[in-house]
Amino acid sequence: MSIQSWTYIIVGITFSIYIGIAIWSRVQSTKEFYVAGGDVGAWANGMATAADWMSAASFISMAGIISFAGYDGAVYLMGWTGGYVLLALLLAPYLRKFGKFTVPEFIGDRYYSNNARLVAVFCALLVSFTYVAGQMRGVGIVFSRFLEVDIDIGVIIGMLIVLFYAVLGGMKGITYTQVAQYCVLIFAFMVPAIFISIQMTGNPIPQLGFGSELISEHSTYLLDKLDNLNVELGFNEYTENTKPLIDVFAITLALMVGTAGLPHVIVRFFTVKKVSDARKSAGIALLLIAILYTTAPAVAAFARTNLLETISTKPYSEIPQWFKKWENTGLIKFDDLNNDGMINYSNDYSNELYVDRDIMVLANPEIANLPNWVVALVAAGGLAAALSTAAGLLLVISASVSHDLIKRVYYPEISEKGELIAARISAFFAVCIAGYFGINPPGFVAAVVALAFGLAAASFFPAIVMGIFYKQMNKEGAIAGMLVGISLMVFYMLKFKFNFFGGGSVDDYWFGISPEGFGSVAMVVNFVISYIVMKFTSPTPEKIKKIVDNIRIPEYE
Amino acid sequence: MDKSEKYWKINIKYVKILLTIWFVFSFLFGIILKDFLNEFSIAGFKLGFWFAQQGSIYVFVILIFVYVKLMNNLDKKFGFKK
Repeated sequence: MSIQSWTYIIVGITFSIYIGIAIWSRVQSTKEFYVAGGDVGAWANGMATAADWMSAASFISMAGIISFAGYDGAVYLMGWTGGYVLLALLLAPYLRKFGKFTVPEFIGDRYYSNNARLVAVFCALLVSFTYVAGQMRGVGIVFSRFLEVDIDIGVIIGMLIVLFYAVLGGMKGITYTQVAQYCVLIFAFMVPAIFISIQMTGNPIPQLGFGSELISEHSTYLLDKLDNLNVELGFNEYTENTKPLIDVFAITLALMVGTAGLPHVIVRFFTVKKVSDARKSAGIALLLIAILYTTAPAVAAFARTNLLETISTKPYSEIPQWFKKWENTGLIKFDDLNNDGMINYSNDYSNELYVDRDIMVLANPEIANLPNWVVALVAAGGLAAALSTAAGLLLVISASVSHDLIKRVYYPEISEKGELIAARISAFFAVCIAGYFGINPPGFVAAVVALAFGLAAASFFPAIVMGIFYKQMNKEGAIAGMLVGISLMVFYMLKFKFNFFGGGSVDDYWFGISPEGFGSVAMVVNFVISYIVMKFTSPTPEKIKKIVDNIRIPEYE
Repeated sequence: MDKSEKYWKINIKYVKILLTIWFVFSFLFGIILKDFLNEFSIAGFKLGFWFAQQGSIYVFVILIFVYVKLMNNLDKKFGFKK
């Protein structure tokens, strides 16, 4: 059977499962809509969190990015996993004990101020919208590459599916589809990785395989071989850094803290039954994420070695079939500059090959000659990763509007039924806006998605942590900290990414830190400003200190 | 000091110890000491590279489960859990 038939079958089956779950999990109350009724088990929540977290970027792009960045790719590997330690130790159990529906709600209540709530809503919407646009685009891209439909039609199909289960089932529908999506995406990621690991090193465990000797060249370690190949072509050694280490440090920290501050991740911990389950499900989520995250660097090393060996300095007339297929999609380009008929890949002006990073995962099964059903599986996995993250983000957006803005600020008299209708309507509009950006992606989306973490690190993380661990922190301090933190982050991003305020090059970076890593600086500034402003303003009311005391201990069970 | 304060103090102690380990295995071994550790190898991995792309992640997972275990015991001891 052809790749395309397999893809239709496998994608068809997985989509039917998602729709079936949506119909089964229709909700009647706001509590079910926002937090799945608050009785999700630790394992189900761990799986849902893992799928929620691992986006199209983790599934499709990350291994490819690492494969080109080598050691530097560690910023994503550590940054997007280490944040869960912060989440489990500093945030999740206490937010669960607090027991409300959204992150702005915690900030608004803890800092006894609707202004704090509004600042938090603004940050949540800014972070979530930039993030979700990338997901819908990802859905469109997977559809167009594997099923050869138009990208726009792919985006619309994705919108309809998400719309169906998010509007009908709210958080409950999202949670159980995410459980199914985790299974699909992890299976789809691991199968080709294991096959390729066996092919190249004879070791079925990819995590060990990329530290093993090659089958093709006895007593040569794969990574040593890769270091040599890289150097021969004029690239940096694979296992060494190209970015300055201070920037690696800053980016890793910003991604970790940003992960812990992302509303769509935090809100998942509102859905479990009890405090101890919040801690446990953070551990399970990270374990399930780590399966993919420890495999990705192996896939990266295998794919890069394979690519360099099968393509570089080979005659164009002898290249394998997959190369020509992916050339049609524009993801691989060969331009024979010196007309010698050979593919010359190098790190200087004589380079004749352009390889899109995404191809490292998308085309990997074909490069390694794996069966057609494995290729189709990768398509279904990419869709699962993109849809699950999009749905989680859309829920944050709809809850921010219907709960934080309508119910808590502008129209508190609204009935539960009315709020549920408002939640569904805002989910509907959120999907439409996300779809619009998916079809007409503004040029800045790619740049801003990476910076969503910086924004979350600069705004939410300090406010929430101090809200729990520092009783004296008052509303003036928290609001000032969030505003200064997020403004500084936006300023730095506009200056160095978009050339506002005089722009600047790499040499002008403050402390040598890139915009991607600047969230760590903005976070520190947030903490400092909060502290100073607090010292000069009125103390936290006793009533609020009692609330903090209360969230610090788990409930009596 | 009442019961809740005592509970909170022990919790803070656990968090401090675990976050120190978190920092050591990721930022210290994976980044700050990377160049030094890369002079050593286990199997085909340079050690600094391994901590940055593999080891730190395993440590993160273990840390959370250790915290879960410690806190479950603490909850039991303080009567927050049957």
